[in-house]
Amino acid sequence: MVTTTTPLEAELLRLAGSVPDPELPVLTLAELGVVRAVHLHGADTVEVELTPTYTGCPAVEAMSADIERLLREHGMREVTVRTVLSPAWSTNDITGEGRRKLREFGIAPPRVLAQEGPVAVALGPTRTATGLPSPADPAAPLTCPHCGSADTELLSRFSSTACKALRRCLSCREPFDHFKEV
Amino acid sequence: MTTTVTATAALALGDDALVLSHRLGEWAGHAPVLEEEVALANIALDLLGQARVLLSTAGDEDELAYLREERAFTNLQLVEQPNGDFAHTIARQLYFSTYQHLLYARLAVTDGEFAPLAAKAVKEVAYHRDHAEQWTLRLGDGTGLSHERMQRACDALWRFTGEMFLPVEGLAVDGEQLRSAWLESVSGVLRRATLTVPEGPQSGAWTAGAGRQGLHTEPFGRMLAEMQHLHRSHPGASW
Repeated sequence: MVTTTTPLEAELLRLAGSVPDPELPVLTLAELGVVRAVHLHGADTVEVELTPTYTGCPAVEAMSADIERLLREHGMREVTVRTVLSPAWSTNDITGEGRRKLREFGIAPPRVLAQEGPVAVALGPTRTATGLPSPADPAAPLTCPHCGSADTELLSRFSSTACKALRRCLSCREPFDHFKEV
Repeated sequence: MTTTVTATAALALGDDALVLSHRLGEWAGHAPVLEEEVALANIALDLLGQARVLLSTAGDEDELAYLREERAFTNLQLVEQPNGDFAHTIARQLYFSTYQHLLYARLAVTDGEFAPLAAKAVKEVAYHRDHAEQWTLRLGDGTGLSHERMQRACDALWRFTGEMFLPVEGLAVDGEQLRSAWLESVSGVLRRATLTVPEGPQSGAWTAGAGRQGLHTEPFGRMLAEMQHLHRSHPGASW
């Protein structure tokens, strides 16, 4: 399908992407990589495609409401936010600027993954952690966002939200969240 | 594929996710440590998200969740089993998340109705499976008491595992191939956890296929009563 983007659509896409994430307000939705497209139907009716980070992410409703409000303030009469699942969101969709802001906020950003798209799952002998995504550069360490040390340990696979794991730095002893790779 | 067949499969998978989500939610306020409370609640949230997508494929998600009678639910009997002690919850997680991960990985690469959800959910379930495997290793290969309780839990839930591999109308998945992949994975984890792979049958004669046919074990009715009573007492209420 060939889609052309009008200047107004580009502007609306920029606006929708400028909405801060409700749970991680340091990031915009564009930096998180969850605003997929904006389609204008007529002069003031717009449809926004939003993809959730996790299927059950409760922030989607707040994101939709914020996008609707902002676009209405910018002259749109009817704003529809549609949730799209495919292709599945990946932490690789977080921009470089987004990663920098996460670290600054005290959250270790996700490492860049080797592959995108459907996860390849070994059908043969299965070891622990089969199916967990692997970083593109296995040597790239996961570092503490406070002191930069690579000497960290996992405390829990799930933290304050499903998208984060809880870790502790063994150098500065501070606990920190890690945005898990998916 | 007709709509009805799709709805049958969506209900089966959606009910699995919904019911297990509710069971895991029961740990809130009761988990052994705070980190686990958060972990189990997050797994429950992932499952609830999957359930919402699946049930919406079959009809109105709220009506399906809150207004169906027990016999209309087609979840596996495994997921409705009470939490028991922490070892029982982990054994249930190990059995189910391994199944769900293998199943969704297969559905994700088909061009069927469930591929978009499966491709998304398989990434979430990979973490559920890892969580269950790590705890199985820790409890099985832990103290004498944790080993004994983990073994007891694995044995107790084993007879509910056979149902996972029965054909579900609308799901183009080879049940026997799924069973052998599941057995290989779970057996490997149990052995490394110094546990004994249960030897009994994977289903009792009286339970074969029962959950998928709407026949459930006694604790399920009580769970549903708790899950549905608020919605039924205040029809149409909202926050």
